[in-house]
Amino acid sequence: MTLRKFTAALATSALVAPAAFAADMADELTLVSWGGAYQASQQKAYVEPYLAANPDVKIIWDESSAEAVAKLRAMNEAGNITWDLVDVVASDSMRLCDEGLAMELNADEDLAAAPDGTPASEDFGDLLVSDCFAPQIVYSTTFGYRTDMVGDTPPSSICDVFDLEAYPGKRSLQKRPIDNMEWALYCDGVAKEDIYDVLGTAEGVDRALAKLDTIKDQVVWWTAGAETPQLLADGEVVMGSTFNGRLFSAIAEQGQPIGMLWDMQSFDLDGWIVPEGLPEDRKARVMDFLKFATDTQRLADQAKYISYGPARKSSAPLVGMHAELGIDMAPHMPTDPANAGNVHIYDYEWWADNRDDLDAKFQAWLAK
Amino acid sequence: MSDTAKSGPVLAADGTPLKRSLARALRMQKMRALMLIAPLLIFVLVTFILPIADMLFRSVENQIVSDTLPRTVVALEDWDATSGETPGEAVFKAMAADLQEAAAAKIHTRVGSRLNYETPGISSLFRKAGRKVKKWDVEGDGPFKEMFLEVDDGWGDPDVWRTIQTYSPRLTNGYFLNAADMQKGPDGPEMRPENERIYWVLFQRTLFMSLVITASCILLGYPVAWILANLPSRTANLLMILVLLPFWTSLLVRTSAWKVMLQQQGVINDTLVWLGLVADDARLVMINNQFGTIVAMTHILLPFMILPMYSVMQTINPSYLRAAKSLGATNWTAFWRVYFPQSVPGIGAGSILVFILAIGYYITPELVGGTKGVFISNRIAFHISSSLNWGLAAALGTILLVVVLILYWAYDKIVGIDNVKLG
Amino acid sequence: MANKTSNDAFVEFERVQKSYDGETLVVKDLNLTMPKGEFLTMLGPSGSGKTTCLMMLAGFETATHGDIRLDGVSINNIPPHKRGIGMVFQNYALFPHMTIAENLSFPLEVRKMGKSEREEKVKRALDMVEMGSFGGRRPAQLSGGQQQRVALARALVFEPELVLMDEPLGALDKQLREKMQFEITHLAHELGITTVYVTHDQTEALTMSDRVAVFDDGRIQQLAPPDELYEQPQNSFVAQFIGENNTLEGVIKDIKDGRALVQLDGGELIDCKPINVSKPGERTRVSIRPERVEYNKDRLQEGVHTLKAEVLEFIYMGDIFRTRLRVAGNEDFIIKTRNAPDQVRLQPGQQIEIGWLPDDCRALDA
Repeated sequence: MTLRKFTAALATSALVAPAAFAADMADELTLVSWGGAYQASQQKAYVEPYLAANPDVKIIWDESSAEAVAKLRAMNEAGNITWDLVDVVASDSMRLCDEGLAMELNADEDLAAAPDGTPASEDFGDLLVSDCFAPQIVYSTTFGYRTDMVGDTPPSSICDVFDLEAYPGKRSLQKRPIDNMEWALYCDGVAKEDIYDVLGTAEGVDRALAKLDTIKDQVVWWTAGAETPQLLADGEVVMGSTFNGRLFSAIAEQGQPIGMLWDMQSFDLDGWIVPEGLPEDRKARVMDFLKFATDTQRLADQAKYISYGPARKSSAPLVGMHAELGIDMAPHMPTDPANAGNVHIYDYEWWADNRDDLDAKFQAWLAK
Repeated sequence: MSDTAKSGPVLAADGTPLKRSLARALRMQKMRALMLIAPLLIFVLVTFILPIADMLFRSVENQIVSDTLPRTVVALEDWDATSGETPGEAVFKAMAADLQEAAAAKIHTRVGSRLNYETPGISSLFRKAGRKVKKWDVEGDGPFKEMFLEVDDGWGDPDVWRTIQTYSPRLTNGYFLNAADMQKGPDGPEMRPENERIYWVLFQRTLFMSLVITASCILLGYPVAWILANLPSRTANLLMILVLLPFWTSLLVRTSAWKVMLQQQGVINDTLVWLGLVADDARLVMINNQFGTIVAMTHILLPFMILPMYSVMQTINPSYLRAAKSLGATNWTAFWRVYFPQSVPGIGAGSILVFILAIGYYITPELVGGTKGVFISNRIAFHISSSLNWGLAAALGTILLVVVLILYWAYDKIVGIDNVKLG
Repeated sequence: MANKTSNDAFVEFERVQKSYDGETLVVKDLNLTMPKGEFLTMLGPSGSGKTTCLMMLAGFETATHGDIRLDGVSINNIPPHKRGIGMVFQNYALFPHMTIAENLSFPLEVRKMGKSEREEKVKRALDMVEMGSFGGRRPAQLSGGQQQRVALARALVFEPELVLMDEPLGALDKQLREKMQFEITHLAHELGITTVYVTHDQTEALTMSDRVAVFDDGRIQQLAPPDELYEQPQNSFVAQFIGENNTLEGVIKDIKDGRALVQLDGGELIDCKPINVSKPGERTRVSIRPERVEYNKDRLQEGVHTLKAEVLEFIYMGDIFRTRLRVAGNEDFIIKTRNAPDQVRLQPGQQIEIGWLPDDCRALDA
């Protein structure tokens, strides 16, 4: 412990800056996000209007969301938090919250109410999956397929992924147990509402892996969201899972011969967390920005640039056209009724408990 | 001894004993030398030695349980884990008091996460109980056993309490056991169930693939280094740029280029199909497996093999080969008995470089390794950045470090470390 | 291919030419015949083609044109390792990763010789160069002179009939070099080995060799025993290159009875021996060795021409005196005289008259 403290002290001693003098709100704000089209949509929908109202503020982007959890822990240990607001997926927000690395938020105080006065806690509703989480978007992990490689009857069910006879060829899946295990059990005949009960038993895990075993030889495992669209474009795989926004850009922006398979799409959330331990002036600025960036209009605006659904109920009616392509965005939202007929609701709490255990089993299975 | 005793110590010109005078002069020199290397020494200490020491310590550190739950740890001392029964009210009362304090300090979920690495489900038990326990009166309320069970049935599971008891010491070998595919059972360490064993396989695979990569670097690099060393320097410098070219390209770009080359719809398969060597429906699988990893990593690490071999070969005078031939050796004998032994230090240096780089590589295996080409470092990276199980990552890292040191020691015994030259 | 020729020719170069770039010849029309047992030195400035000749003989370079024969057999197409020629390299080329004994054993091993025979030969060879107790050491643990001996022993251990040496003493200090010069010649003659020795050090060439081939510009300028080379240089290059030499330039006035009358550029007349001049009017460069110049009037021959000289510098060198004169406009005219009790020590500024035997003054090409 002393050693740890010594290292941390060494790292901080040089950096103890006289930050405390500053005015009520800091002028600089460091935002952490995923880069690419998603970050661009945040820049246009949140940051540009915020800067128009607050011209003195300087905003710095850091594209580190993929390593956010580890980096936040390292910063916390060193006692030097350089980030102000971090974009993470819901499960990471839970982990950060559990580790005491993210600040607890009070939705009704810290987030703006809907225009009609509905408090934020109601407007976001169930999507506030963690005490530290301010959701922005609903995205889904779902499948795309090559329209020219599946014959006359394109896949319409998630279980077509497991059907090598009807749809021969490789498929790409994310290299992690989450979603894959649930889909495997579902297609092995487990009712949707029983999936997590079954998966909670050793036999259930074996059953899910056995189902995945039937296609294991034909799977290309991906770790980065861009891989599946590329594999589809190259004709390396017939179908593959990825984030729905990635498929949207491959289809609508690049005109690839790719079709969407929305069945059993797995809903997930992405949102902000505020790191624990910020100085008062920076915290004040972050909370100001956060309230602005998660209001009803801002979340609706974001959907002009990317096909992810706003996390507020009140934003949904405001979703309009794509800013450049001019197409109606509503049908491309994972939350659109036409797409959300049969969805998989990902149980965050369950996965927070079982992720380490199942991951070990999943990796051992992969390595076999 | 007796001579100096009789004649007394030899004195310097100013009358001080010569030995002391000499020592003082040398001390000045040593101090000056130390001052010169001090910046580097401090740099290495802060950026290298301390982090490694920290990592070694993390792999056994486990203070969080006894720090966060001091009363519970004491109360659990008397509980018999093998009884199969839930502990008594005293333990639950202690837990309530500990949790209330921890929840106020918002650290209860942290200990939950720690214990969740050992037994799934504890994380949410602590999270849920933490919310409720804030409102309890730890002196007046009770019985706490029922109150906990009301929060979640899981609190009644003896396994949860056994885990807390097992992981209450301030130091633990749990991470190392986990890294060796073992776990703490009721009767001491035992192997994990078959379907959870992974690290042993990955260590073996990492070593095996690193050796294969090193060997292919030697096979491909030796002739190149030989040609470079024997060409006129102007041509050699030009070719050297070609060797170094990969260094100037981003690692991701190079790895992605290999994907384009090796995938089933890729350049090589297309060419083979076009040539009629491979049927269109039987295209070769060359990526997302060990083969792809070996090819891509050999390419990436090749310069690290060629450079030391080249600089050692440059120092080998061509007259040795001529001498050997004039003494009656055929070209092959002259090469094998005279040139090759002299180039071994370069192979040694290159091999150590490539092997150590390969053993710790994770980006390329992650991208092109598929399921069979993954290295142990990929799991270390996973535990550092995703699962936040830094203790396990540290234990895996420590084992890797020890394995490398053992191999280094073996190399020193077999080849001799003085037999390694960078030029 | 294998055309046998004259019986006493062991090494033969016949019309050999060598070019590296296809534009210039490094070796031009080389002809050389060596009998068995001879110690022949190739002497010349760097770039004169001597090392190339040696390398062609060893087989490391191929002749562009011509024939090289060893013991009557053409070896142009025989690879180096089958030629059976021992070689000592400039840097010794002792294999650093082998002990001295292993170095010596190497040529025997590749000849598939039995172990006991090898050990015996290695021991004998090491004893021969007085290195018997160093068999277990590595080359790096030996001094330069010791490495030199080992290199020699290694070149001889497999009993080659021909040994080539490429400036083997270049890296040694003067004293050691002189000692080794003696030892090498002694060994070569004792063992009856034919030796080709390359050097740019003329003293070495003169003291060691049976015959010396002086190389310049890709040709042998003169091939002769050392005394003949020194005393009867056949052209001005050889005269200049071998030993110290005074030159004066002029025109042939007359040639008769083996005497040439030369008029120097300042108008003075001298008597010389015509070497490669043929007719009056030809320009010539006359060469006189410093030790053959006489300034004691009593010892000068009757009837020969003398020259006026002014003493510029007198240098005492222990065994000899070295005096620099101005003679016929040449300010670097050197005379050497023995340090004897009756010897006169000339003083700078002194005016003297010098002369020489006509046979000692050689009229050469200009």
